Amino acid sequence: MIRLTEPAVAVELSGITKTFPGVVANDDVNLAVRSGEIHAVVGENGAGKTTLMKILYGMLRPDGGTISVDGRTTHFRSPKDAIAAGIGMVHQHFMLATNFTVLENVVLGSEPARAGALDFDGARTRIQELSEAYGVPLDPDRLIEDLAVGERQRVEIVKVLYRGARILILDEPTAVLVPQEVEDLFRHLRELKERGVTIVFISHKLDEVLEIADTITVIRDGHTVATVKPKDVTARQLAELMVGSELPTPETRESTVTEELVLSVRDLGVLIGERWPIRNVSFEIHHGEVVGIAGVEGNGQRELVEALLGLLTPTEGTIRLGDVDITGWPTRRRREAGIGYIPEDRQGRGLLLPSPLWENAMLGHQTVDPFRRGPWVDRGGAHRRTEEMIRGYGVMTPGPDTPALALSGGNQQKLIVGREMVAEPKVLIASQPTRGIDVGAQAAVWEQIRRARAAGLALLLISADLEELIGLSDTLYVILRGSLVARIDPAAVTPEELGSYMTGAREEATA
Amino acid sequence: MKRARLRIALLWLLVPVSAVVLAFAVSSIALLAIGENPASAFRSMARYGSQANSLVSMVNRAVPLFVAGLAVAMGFKMNLFNIGVEGQYRIATLLAAAAGAAVVLPGPLHIAFIMLVGMAAGAAWAAIAGVLKVKRGVHEVVSTIMLNSIATGLGAYLLTNYLRKPAVGSELLIATPPIADSGRLPALAVIAGEDVRSFAVIALVLGISVYVLIWRTRFGYDLRASGINPDAARASGVDPNRMIIRTMLLSGAIAGLIGMSDLFGFFHAYTLDLPVGLGFDGIAVALVGLNHPVGIAVAALVFGWVDRAAQILDLEGIPKEVIIITKGVIILSVVIAYVLVRRLVQSQEVKAAAEATRRLEERREEVAA
Repeated sequence: MIRLTEPAVAVELSGITKTFPGVVANDDVNLAVRSGEIHAVVGENGAGKTTLMKILYGMLRPDGGTISVDGRTTHFRSPKDAIAAGIGMVHQHFMLATNFTVLENVVLGSEPARAGALDFDGARTRIQELSEAYGVPLDPDRLIEDLAVGERQRVEIVKVLYRGARILILDEPTAVLVPQEVEDLFRHLRELKERGVTIVFISHKLDEVLEIADTITVIRDGHTVATVKPKDVTARQLAELMVGSELPTPETRESTVTEELVLSVRDLGVLIGERWPIRNVSFEIHHGEVVGIAGVEGNGQRELVEALLGLLTPTEGTIRLGDVDITGWPTRRRREAGIGYIPEDRQGRGLLLPSPLWENAMLGHQTVDPFRRGPWVDRGGAHRRTEEMIRGYGVMTPGPDTPALALSGGNQQKLIVGREMVAEPKVLIASQPTRGIDVGAQAAVWEQIRRARAAGLALLLISADLEELIGLSDTLYVILRGSLVARIDPAAVTPEELGSYMTGAREEATA
Repeated sequence: MKRARLRIALLWLLVPVSAVVLAFAVSSIALLAIGENPASAFRSMARYGSQANSLVSMVNRAVPLFVAGLAVAMGFKMNLFNIGVEGQYRIATLLAAAAGAAVVLPGPLHIAFIMLVGMAAGAAWAAIAGVLKVKRGVHEVVSTIMLNSIATGLGAYLLTNYLRKPAVGSELLIATPPIADSGRLPALAVIAGEDVRSFAVIALVLGISVYVLIWRTRFGYDLRASGINPDAARASGVDPNRMIIRTMLLSGAIAGLIGMSDLFGFFHAYTLDLPVGLGFDGIAVALVGLNHPVGIAVAALVFGWVDRAAQILDLEGIPKEVIIITKGVIILSVVIAYVLVRRLVQSQEVKAAAEATRRLEERREEVAA
């Protein structure tokens, strides 16, 4: 027997090329994943990671290049072929039926039949075997809706293993997890690795990648720029490989908080049916202050934003803008009074995709100058203002008449940020302002926030990016089950501590 | 950039052209199936349809269709399916005719009065569906369909019991009393024995007004935004309930004018001979016209011409119901072609934007270097 110093290559992608109109795709990408290793693929959003993984999983067909699995060149026509070759994918957004049990979800799509009837007992035994064999604990009879996010992810992993996968692709698996759950996930991944499973781990969170991966491949602008071992690089070097230049940080400098109160929320509560998605919420934002809201998604952030905008009617409590009680005001009046809004779902709530940019630039400001002239839309004014946004906020577009759907996500977001900033709001409600955009656009957004804050903007920042929250906020609250459970000094907290407040593991505030 | 725009405009032209071609192809198959010669049928339609009086008739038929299309498109623009244009215009025409017969006013005033009554009645009838949707969450398709039936019944009841002209002798005509001369519109011209109805001018003004309202005003912006992305519109400050009520009122008011061309130019009273079904035809016209006044005008003219030209088929012994197939295929293929072409156009737009962005970046790099 020959003992190899390096294990054999399980998956090899060489010279992969894929072009789409308007999207950074893959251009001569090379990736060699050794059997039984955790191989991280890192890159900015839009660098081409997802395209590459979709090619490996058979969801897309490359224009050029080859894929080989265990040394054999293969052509995947669909995910079915990839599954047959032992490749499985855990998507970033779970594909689970929440009103089904773990067992039912795992077998869904490959139901075990015996004499025409579903063989649940056989499946249950196999799931238990798998979960023991791979060290991934799971109770097959629990309902998905009763499981936490981390547990749901384990269901996805077991589902893939159940279909016989020996090579797992995990697409941004930590994006939805709090730090504690990330630790659990990493423990399970190491167990899987020890039992011979090969893992391709896609991420843009460098600390995590350095912790878990055996090999790291960096993708930038659709090219593979480097393949490194984690012990040979620092997070900073890795990030610079990823971006190709100097790194931005979200930190703000000296405090600009003033005494002048801009927004004050008292005992706010919203009753929907018999549920209180938010209750007893009180906070204040001053001139020049950034107030951050940290929390696991679905703990009332959405309802809080909607109540502030007037999209939901508060059942109790008051909202004051300056000295004025605006609790009963309709949305339009609030927007005209100076409440700006950057929605978390930019396409769902922030844009009219088929409409030209200039019409998007007036959305939310259609009743104020320079977008109107009496009852008319001021097309000239709107065009001029849009040009201003395009120049001032670095929106890459042929011009203001281009439809919004033709822009990349980062450019769409820059337009939205520009739209709200140019209007010089008194208060800006920013929900996930940098979600899903590349590092360059992210740095631009942070810079705009910093500048607006220095100019006296009061900002409510709701984000899942804990570093962004800690870096930008002057005051930080944690929202849990609809209430603000802790007020934290962002200068004296780590992401891990913040994470434990978010899950309710820690109860009271420090500062 | 210019060339990209031109290419996109040409792509849009594909929609009506492919629809008409396909419609005639399918109708030909239908004609062949019943043992008729499609070539000779279409030839006689073309010959008859190109006569001067046929062209006048085409316009006269197109005017109410155009108005009906505008009424439907108004709602479509914000994803409001006002299927009730039919009922709205029938109630409106009845009440306008009755009110118009009850008064005598100086010429233009009388005309304006009748139109206003029609618009008010149409708007009021449409408002019922709007209020039901806002207050009780009743889908407008369900309520307007039902309101159509109610309108038919209510109209017949009002006409026979309250608004009917007192019978003279043994006359059996069921109609409102005739409107005085001041409430009639003279023909614009008479060509080959056919009146060119003056209401066409009013309809043209109406079409331009609808265009301006939807594409140039703040109200129109809110309306289109609500249609494209209701969530985004709401977050931008549009009150969806108010928008529904206002749009239904407008749609109903326009619907109230559908019968005016026939009323002013020919019947001068509400009779059972007034054309029915225009509200439903309006849905087809709005669909084919892609909810744009220019498209609706073209679609109305096409439908008007097909209706007129089909008259000859009876004389040739060919069932003119074949034309219903033609119209149906036009509607279906426009809807399908629209979706396909929109997809093509969007990918063209994306490509053009990506290309332009790349050039911008290159130029920036050159400047930097």
